[in-house]
Amino acid sequence: MAIGVTNVPERSKSSGSIINDPQVRGIFYQAITIIILAALIYWIVDNTVDNLRRANIASGYDFLRSRAGFDVGQSLISFTSDSTYGRALLVGFINTLLVAITGIITATIIGFLVGIGRLSHNWIIAKLSLAYVEVFRNIPPLLVIFFWYSGVLSILPQARDALALPFDIFLSNRGVAFPRPVAGEGAEYTLLAFIIAIAASVFFTRYARQRQLATGERLPVLWTVLGLIIGLPLITFLVTGAPIGFDVPVAGKFNLTGGSVVGPEFMSLFLALSFYTAAFIAEIVRAGIRGVSKGQTEAAHALGIRPSLTTRLVVVPQAMRIIIPPLTSQYLNLTKNSSLAVAIGYADLVAVGGTILNQTGQSIEVVSIWLIVYLSLSLATSLFMNWYNARMALVER
Amino acid sequence: MSTQQATFVRASMIEASPAPSLERGAASWLRRNLFATPKDSVLTIISLLILAWLVPPAIQWLFIDAAWSGGGRGVCATLSQGGSQPEGWSGACWAFVNAKFAQFLFGRYPLDERWRPALVGILFVLLLVPMLIPRIPYKGLNALLLLGALPVLAAILLPGGWFGLTYVETPLWGGLMVTLVLSFVGIAVSLPLGILLALGRRSNMPVIKMLCTAFIEVIRGVPLITVLFMASVMLPLFLPQGVTFDKFLRALIGVSLFASAYMAEVVRGGLQAIPKGQYEGADSLGLSYWQKMGFIVLPQALKLVIPGIVNTFIGLFKDTSLVSIIGMFDLLGIVRLNFSDTNWASAVTPLTGLIFAGFVFWLFCFGMSRYSGFMERLLDRSQR
Repeated sequence: MAIGVTNVPERSKSSGSIINDPQVRGIFYQAITIIILAALIYWIVDNTVDNLRRANIASGYDFLRSRAGFDVGQSLISFTSDSTYGRALLVGFINTLLVAITGIITATIIGFLVGIGRLSHNWIIAKLSLAYVEVFRNIPPLLVIFFWYSGVLSILPQARDALALPFDIFLSNRGVAFPRPVAGEGAEYTLLAFIIAIAASVFFTRYARQRQLATGERLPVLWTVLGLIIGLPLITFLVTGAPIGFDVPVAGKFNLTGGSVVGPEFMSLFLALSFYTAAFIAEIVRAGIRGVSKGQTEAAHALGIRPSLTTRLVVVPQAMRIIIPPLTSQYLNLTKNSSLAVAIGYADLVAVGGTILNQTGQSIEVVSIWLIVYLSLSLATSLFMNWYNARMALVER
Repeated sequence: MSTQQATFVRASMIEASPAPSLERGAASWLRRNLFATPKDSVLTIISLLILAWLVPPAIQWLFIDAAWSGGGRGVCATLSQGGSQPEGWSGACWAFVNAKFAQFLFGRYPLDERWRPALVGILFVLLLVPMLIPRIPYKGLNALLLLGALPVLAAILLPGGWFGLTYVETPLWGGLMVTLVLSFVGIAVSLPLGILLALGRRSNMPVIKMLCTAFIEVIRGVPLITVLFMASVMLPLFLPQGVTFDKFLRALIGVSLFASAYMAEVVRGGLQAIPKGQYEGADSLGLSYWQKMGFIVLPQALKLVIPGIVNTFIGLFKDTSLVSIIGMFDLLGIVRLNFSDTNWASAVTPLTGLIFAGFVFWLFCFGMSRYSGFMERLLDRSQR
């Protein structure tokens, strides 16, 4: 097959026969591909229509409006067995997002710690980090999920003699129960103060940067921001008379009552995805930091910049450029791996979709919904990370 | 000017004097590596405390308190759970792994026929080991046997039904055997298919390029489990009435297509790293497209991306565990199936079984990544 020279038209004149003309051959091959593909699609569609008619399944998305008739274990929005299939899928989607976002946050924290630990001069820290990476990188994530689910969380004590941890947190085979804050009279002021504090911090940080660029004077950004974000809501909270109470879980005769409960399915999935992905993030972070040439650090030291500032102002910004693209794909992997929830019965998009698929037989519609949702999640994450990457990228002349 | 006359030049080096005593021995090593700064000392002490808190109980649980032999759940359960261990006992139940070991290898393959997968396995090891050691000659013949003859033999021996062998249907297959067959076929299919897809994505023909890009991006954008669901529920819909595919075959197709999309991206990275001069040089020699790719570009590109290829293999090997979700019994699936065996069900059985399965998976993946590192260094040396 001759391709790769189609943009050189002079060449076709020199060849004697039309059979040897690369452009003609290219068009010929593509035409054949299109014909074969069209025939294949026609054959598949024909078979599918035939099969669907035989199985008496009406195609289309009308089933989304009919009654689901099943319950889901954990849901952030209200859901009963009388709700529709469409709402069930929405619950699944929200659950996928929940485990993906919490998992990404934890995996990033663990991953950065372990990745930096691998570069530590401290022998024992470096070896421990290495062991962590080598263990978790080489075990299937599904096995890690089962390890937490049937190995660890299911052999915890029954709910009636749950392990009591500090702060009224209880650990049992039904999951983790913890106190739920209950907003009383005037609690919204504390929330308002928190939002104001965040807004003020953003403005202050910008102001401080402009000020530094203009005059060279450095304002204490970190302490001001910390003080704003912690202090302002705290003062409001105390001034309005501590209006937030806690609904504390209490060990009853058979079960824990009160508080919020996070089920063992979510816990297993969350822990497994975080630990598994963290091993990959650690390697990415290590590669990123090692990718910044040593001359950069030495030059910073030669300029008299302190080691902590060297890391923050010289090494990390350059390392982030190397880290971000592969980090994006790890985030996407974590989101996709959250579909392993189906194995332990956490009601994510795939698990809910699988139930609906079994009940209604609408396989094409359900699979198409999966494809659309995951592809758009991938696209959204890549777009966001590309935007962030563009901000961090080297500004060249 | 001759240097022999210059008597002030030393003819031999001075004996190297030993390093200062502060820089020698274990104490100096400790100071440099564990207690270099106050922060380091704190970190070291915290890590040592965590290790002291974790490691002895783990060893106690895994080895000292473990039940090594026995014929039933009694050895792995406490008195109140109906077993023979004292109250409060907890330890690994290796007796369970010991009793089920053959099942973990072959699944529910009939007892009398197990010599068939065992023979295939032994031949596989015998052919693979010389393939992996660079010094052993006849690599071409070896590869032909490993990638040509062995799959044919396995296709005859494993399902049977020919030459007087009893037919063993695939739902009876299981254990490590299924994991290895899935990975082997997945690897053997995904590498060539991935190369073709990568070439297609970099092709100048817009139709081919678009098709390959769409396939790669769609497959990479969705989780493997949806691809497996697609292969197991949609494939029967697409085929004419009466034509059915074996479930095992459907899983094979799903896993292979999934891995080839990832492989394509790895190979594309290698293709992009080859300087344009190589392509142009091949063109100017009058090589055809396939000659150019096969003799000039691909050998260099694939060598560059060996780590990426092996990482995809490792990912594929780990991903085969997902077939247990669609109702097949690979190593993880068969281990989990045995948790519900009433003869062995106890509080520690699941943890023991999972640790065993995890160790087997770890061994294979770690071996692969180590071998790829070795190969990389070897090729790197030969390139210089």
